[in-house]
Amino acid sequence: MGAPVKNESGSTAVASRDAFGDALVRLGETHPELVVLEADLSESTRSKKFAKKFPERFFQMGIAEANMVGVAAGLSLAGKVPFCCSFACFVTSRFDQIRMSACYSATNVRIVGSHAGVGIGEDGYSQMGLEDIALMRSLPTMTVIQPADDLETAGAVEALVTHKGPAFLRTTRQKLDRVNDEGYKFELGKGVTLVDGKDLTIVASGGTVGPAVKAAALLASDGLSTRVINIHTIKPIDVPLLVKAARETKRILTVEDHQITGGLGGAVCEALAELEPVRIRRHGILDVFGESGTPEGLYRHFKLDADGIAAVARDFVG
Amino acid sequence: MSSDRDKLATLQQRAFDLRIDNLTAITAAGSGHPGGTLSAMDLLQALFFGEMRHRPNEPHWPDRDRFVLSKGHAVPALYTVLAHAGYFSRDLLPTLRRLGSPLQGHPANFLLPGIEASTGSLGQGFSMAIGMALASKLDGDKYRVYSLIGDGESQEGQIWEAAMAAPKYKLDNLCVILDHNKGQIDGFVDEVMSLNPIADKWRAFNWNVVTCDGHDYASIQAAFAQARETRGKPTFILAETIKGKGVPFMEGKIGWHGVAPTKEQLEEAVLELRAAAAAHKARILVQAGGVSLEVKKAGKPN
Repeated sequence: MGAPVKNESGSTAVASRDAFGDALVRLGETHPELVVLEADLSESTRSKKFAKKFPERFFQMGIAEANMVGVAAGLSLAGKVPFCCSFACFVTSRFDQIRMSACYSATNVRIVGSHAGVGIGEDGYSQMGLEDIALMRSLPTMTVIQPADDLETAGAVEALVTHKGPAFLRTTRQKLDRVNDEGYKFELGKGVTLVDGKDLTIVASGGTVGPAVKAAALLASDGLSTRVINIHTIKPIDVPLLVKAARETKRILTVEDHQITGGLGGAVCEALAELEPVRIRRHGILDVFGESGTPEGLYRHFKLDADGIAAVARDFVG
Repeated sequence: MSSDRDKLATLQQRAFDLRIDNLTAITAAGSGHPGGTLSAMDLLQALFFGEMRHRPNEPHWPDRDRFVLSKGHAVPALYTVLAHAGYFSRDLLPTLRRLGSPLQGHPANFLLPGIEASTGSLGQGFSMAIGMALASKLDGDKYRVYSLIGDGESQEGQIWEAAMAAPKYKLDNLCVILDHNKGQIDGFVDEVMSLNPIADKWRAFNWNVVTCDGHDYASIQAAFAQARETRGKPTFILAETIKGKGVPFMEGKIGWHGVAPTKEQLEEAVLELRAAAAAHKARILVQAGGVSLEVKKAGKPN
């Protein structure tokens, strides 16, 4: 069977929003062009760490996300690299501003949406980013990144300091088990095969990658050899890696803490339908609203924990 | 003084040519926004021919003053002014809105030198101007930033988010100009969704508020000068303008917001503008020669 999840104890599990906040502070030292904008959620998005360290490069824009995105675009057009932070649902719903000011004005704006998915827990649907990937993925020139652990988040933020073009970075409130090895090197646009397998491929991203790796272990003990691919860059997606997996395992299960419409599942279907049509099951939030509950309870309810993913996989494979 | 008067006369004279080129381009395109381009034209010329520090042959000069056209639908006026300033050939103007032309129906900054930001969805350019002004402050206050907004545009919530933000950061390097032509597509602003009292609103948001006649170059320049001298606050210039200014059959008519003139209407407009230009030139010559004419008191020079 494949590689186990590293650091099973959970002692090194880190929320990707924390890894993001730390990376900003670290990179702020060496990149004077890095600036951060916030819409009154600096404690929650973890941009506060940067605010304390570099107050002159931190812009508290208040609860006015549309203006924040536009101001970020202007800062970028004048040579800065702005990270523009809020909850994923609030900032990406300023779609028109992201479309026109961040994308069509050819900027390097980084939209950072924290509180991805039902994994945020008790606050419920209104605070959950569940349609944000679909929105951001539809925009020309936009890069969409969702890291799966702290190492990947740090690597993604570093890549985004120098990357050309607008980007969306999706982070979680909940802690994520580490799925990558120390010394992991983030490569934008490249999927990561975490577990090898030949009967089925689970394609996951962000908060569902850890549970997917655990699910693969459960399935392996049932005799189902399951590959796990971590897609941290949802756009541009790693088409060759997906095509290879489709050819070799014939079945693809996508798992995401996001609506199955337009998110990771949509992206995988679009890529494979044209190049290597195989059976695909999209698993995630099945065109319904999220609700309040504990993060763990919600992952169980929506079958995004290891047991749930394994059950969906068994049903899919039949 | 005489040199200042000459400069004003040159601006006034060029304003006729700009209006003709602008309407010619819109007519060639077969669509566009004559009313709001003509109301904005004098403000735009005053910016690019006098007020702003910029280098048409070095459009990306880092220390240049920036201009963001937030009311993006008035871009034919900006294209015309940029072409006359030397950013690109005037021959490009008739390609407005044609497939493959960098002169998009609304501004696209990555296609054309001199266009600082892509706009056309109202309310957004102003925020981008704030970002540029913040960057200027971070980099040692090297340049000023100007943005032109519209009446209808001022109904966007984002305008008021931005109006809150700029004074917080004491952006005295930022000057926002309202092309107050009182019209929008569906009718008069006061009927669609009134902005009044405009100046009071901006004062309440802690802006330095200046008013000017948006078709009188001396008045516009005085407003810009006051903006430049103000410290610790951004400036809002309430420019009183006339939709369709310079073409009698368009002036003040809502119907000319977003409809291109026919060829016949263009001919009529050009004739009107040429006649006005000739009359203006004669008036200037007479003034230069020290001769007094009765028309001198007929009204403000265009």
